[in-house]
Amino acid sequence: MRTDKCIPDIATALREAGVRDGMTLSFHHHLRDGDFVVNRVLDALETLGVEGMRIALSSVFPVHEPLIRHIKSGLVRSLDTDYVSGPVAKAISSGILAQPVMFRSHGGRPRAIGEGSLHIDIACVAAPCVDGLGNINGSGGPSACGSLGYILPDAAHAGRVIAITDFVSKEPLRSISIPHSSVDYIVKVDTIGDPAGIVSGSINLTRDPVAHAIARNAQAVIRASGLLRDGFNYQTGAGGASLAASQYLREDMRRMGLHGGFLLGGITRYMVDMLEEKLFDAIFDVQCFDLHSVRSIAENAAHHEISADSYANPGRKSCYVDFLDVVLLGASEVDVNFNVNVHTDSNGMLIGGSGGHNDAAAGANMTIIVAPLVRARLPIVVERCTTITTPGASVDVLVTERGIAINPARAELAARLKEARLPLYSIEELRAMALNITGTPKKLALSDQVVGLVEYRNGTIIDSIYAIRDS
Amino acid sequence: MSGIKTAIAGTLESNDIMITVSPSRQEGKNTIAVESIVMRQFGPAIIAAIEDSLTQFEVGFVHIDARDRGALECTIKARMEAALLRYKELPS
Amino acid sequence: MKRCRSMLFMPGNNPGMLASAQSLGADCVIFDMEDAVAQTEKDAARILIRHALTYMRPQGVGVAVRINALDTAFWKEDIAAVVRGGADFVLAPKTNGPDYVRELMAGLEAAEAEHGVKDARIVVFALVESALGIENAFAIASAHKRLGGMLLGAEDLTAELGARRSAGGDEIFHARSRILMACRAAGIRAIDTPFPFVTDLEALAADAAFAAQLGFDGKAAISPHHIVTINAAFSPSPEQINWAGRVMAVARRAAGEGKGVASLDGMMIDLPVIKRAERILAMCDGPVEDFHAN
Repeated sequence: MRTDKCIPDIATALREAGVRDGMTLSFHHHLRDGDFVVNRVLDALETLGVEGMRIALSSVFPVHEPLIRHIKSGLVRSLDTDYVSGPVAKAISSGILAQPVMFRSHGGRPRAIGEGSLHIDIACVAAPCVDGLGNINGSGGPSACGSLGYILPDAAHAGRVIAITDFVSKEPLRSISIPHSSVDYIVKVDTIGDPAGIVSGSINLTRDPVAHAIARNAQAVIRASGLLRDGFNYQTGAGGASLAASQYLREDMRRMGLHGGFLLGGITRYMVDMLEEKLFDAIFDVQCFDLHSVRSIAENAAHHEISADSYANPGRKSCYVDFLDVVLLGASEVDVNFNVNVHTDSNGMLIGGSGGHNDAAAGANMTIIVAPLVRARLPIVVERCTTITTPGASVDVLVTERGIAINPARAELAARLKEARLPLYSIEELRAMALNITGTPKKLALSDQVVGLVEYRNGTIIDSIYAIRDS
Repeated sequence: MSGIKTAIAGTLESNDIMITVSPSRQEGKNTIAVESIVMRQFGPAIIAAIEDSLTQFEVGFVHIDARDRGALECTIKARMEAALLRYKELPS
Repeated sequence: MKRCRSMLFMPGNNPGMLASAQSLGADCVIFDMEDAVAQTEKDAARILIRHALTYMRPQGVGVAVRINALDTAFWKEDIAAVVRGGADFVLAPKTNGPDYVRELMAGLEAAEAEHGVKDARIVVFALVESALGIENAFAIASAHKRLGGMLLGAEDLTAELGARRSAGGDEIFHARSRILMACRAAGIRAIDTPFPFVTDLEALAADAAFAAQLGFDGKAAISPHHIVTINAAFSPSPEQINWAGRVMAVARRAAGEGKGVASLDGMMIDLPVIKRAERILAMCDGPVEDFHAN
C-alpha cells in the first residue's frame, strides 16, 4: 500500500517535487480573498531559498499582498494571471516587476497550458476535500468553495501536482474533481483558507437606482433581441447592473412561460434560484461566488462543475461559451469602436483583467456591455480604451442608463431594437452625451514602461499596460 | 480651529465636493488646494471653476480647500456659492 | 397633456441623485428642498437645485421642485431659486386652504417680476397633507388658475388623524376620494400619495392599481424602485388602448356622416365614452406634447 503521497509540510512537498530556481508554479483563485495557500507556499519557497519563480495564479486578490514582498526579494520574478485586484494590482501599476505581467483570459490560460506556452512545473491545488487516495473535490470540508474549474487544466498538465488540504475525508469521495491519478503529493495543513473571505455569505442585489435603470434597459434589449426563447443559454457577471438584469430576466421568463437551457460561468444564488425554479435545465459552473452555489453544486445533479478548458478554451473543438445566446458583461471603459477595457481604470491603474470577459464575448450570440454613461465625472464611453481587454468585433450592444448603442455591424439587431422603440443612439452620440455632462477630460499621460501584456484568448498580444507615472 | 473664520459646504459623498473657505494664507491673493479622484482628468477644470466663483462672489482674499469626489462643474459652482455665502455671513 | 403617471421625490442636496434624475423612468421628478433636506442645509440645497435646473436639467422628464412651507423662513428664497433655474412645477407642501394658495401665487409672481420672467410657465401643484387641507380640497383646487394639480400626502395626514397607516390604505380612502373629487370638479390633475412601505412591491402594485381605478392621474413615489410598478398601474392595457382606438374611429365616422349617435359592440358611444377613450389614448406611449397645454 502506498503511503508516500502524504507529506508532512509544504516545503518538503516542494522539495520532493524538485523545485528549482526559475520554475513556474501555478495556483487557482477559488478560495478568493480567503486563500491561505498561495501565501503559505511562497513562505515555504522562501525557507527553501529558491528565487526567480514565475507565479501563474488564475486571479490575484487583496489577500495576496505578501506577493509584493516576495517580488522585492527576488523570490518571484514574474506573474501570469487573468485578473488582479488589491495591493498587488497597485504595485504592478507602479512598476514593481521588471518583467511585464502576462494577462490571459480564463479560456486563454488553459489554451496556453495545453499548447505548452504556459508550462507549469508544479501545480499547487487548494483542495478543500481530499480522500485517502488523493481524490479531490471542492464541496466538502471547512473551506468548501464548490467548483474547482480553473485548476483542472493545471492538474492535468503540470509536471508535479501538490494538493494542499485541511480536510481528509474518511469515506472515498463520490464526486471527484481531480482524480488521485493526477496528484503527486498531499499536504495536510491546519487550514487552507478563511471561510469568510472564500465566499460571500450572500451577494446582495444592489439598490443603486442607476444600476437598476441600466438593468431595465438591458432587459428590454434581451426581450427585443428575439433570442429569448426556449433553450436560451445565458451568462452574466456578478456586477450590480448584471445581477439586477438577471432578476428582471427571471421575471420575463416566468411571465412568458419560457424554459432556458443553461446558465454559465461564475455562479451566484440568483442563478441557483433560477435553476431550482426550473427556469433553466442546468448550471455549468467554473466558480462559486456564494454559499448558496457551493451548497447547490454539492447537492443538485443539474449543477455541474466544468473545467476552464471546456468553459472557454478557444483551441478546443467547442467550448461552453460558444453556445451562449446572451452574455452580460461590465466595463470600466468602452470606446467608439466598441472595444472594452476591464483591466485598468481611467487613470491607467490596474483594477482587474479579462477573467472570462473576452471569452464569453467571443462566444455569445449577443454580447451586452452594461455600464453607467458617467461614473463620478468620468465618461465611460471614450475615444480609445486605456487598455483593450475585449475587441469591439465581439461586442454587440452597449447599454447605459441614458441610452443604448448597437455595434454598426449588427444591422439586423439594430432593426429589432428600433422596432421595439428602445432609446437607440450611435456610440459617438453616447460619447457626446457623456462629454456634455462631464466636460472633456485631459488626456492621460502614462509612462512608457510596460508592466503588463494583454493576451487575447487565442494567444495574440492585443495590448500593453503601462506603469502609472507619478503625478 | 477656534478663532479662525471657516465656512464649509458640500459633502464627501460620490459626485459631490466639500469646499472649505478660510482666510487666505498669503497676503493679497486667493489660495486654492484641490484634492480630487479625477485630478488627472479634471484638475485644471476644477481650479478654473473655483476661480470663476471667487470672481463672481467677492469675499476678500480667501483660502479654498476642495476635496472632490467627482462633482460635475455645476455642482462645484453650487458648493462654492454656498460656501462663500456662508463665509460672508460669518462675523469677522 | 403630458403624462404624469409617476412623480419621484429626490433629495435636493444630493448631486449624484439629481444627476441621475433623467434615467430613473419617472414621468416627473421632484427635487425636494423640504423634508429631505436638513434645516442647516437649506441654503446649500437651494443653490444646488438652482444649478441643477440650469445646467443639468433632465431631458424628457417633468421637473418639479418642492419648496419649504409658507410658515418657514425659506420659501421665498426657494421660489426665487426655482424661478431663476426654471422648472415645470412648484410643489407647495402643507397647503391647507385657498388663502395659502393665493399667498404662494403672490410670492411666485413677485419672484417672476423681480427676475424678469414673463412667461408664467411654472405650474403649481398643491400638496395637501392635513385634515384642514382635505376639508378645503375644492376651495384649494379652484383657488387660482395657475394651480395645475393636487397631491395627497397621506403620511402627515394619518399622523394628524391618529390613524394607523396600512398597506391596504382603508384609512386614507376618504381623503383620496375628496382629493380626486375636488380635482375633477376644478379640472386639475389628481396625484396619489406615495406608498410608504418601500420594499413591499406587491402591495405597492395593488395600491397603485387601486389609485388608478379610483381615477387618479398618477402617483408620487419616495423610492426609484417604485417607478416601474407605478407607471404600469397608470398605463392603459393593450385591450384598453385597442378599445379606445376603436371608439375614436367609430366616433369620427359618425361625426363625418353627421350622425349624432353611434355604437360599438352594442354599447352607445356618447360623450362620456369618448372622453374616457381620449383619456386612455392620452396615457399611452407616444409623441408627447407640452406639459402646459392643460
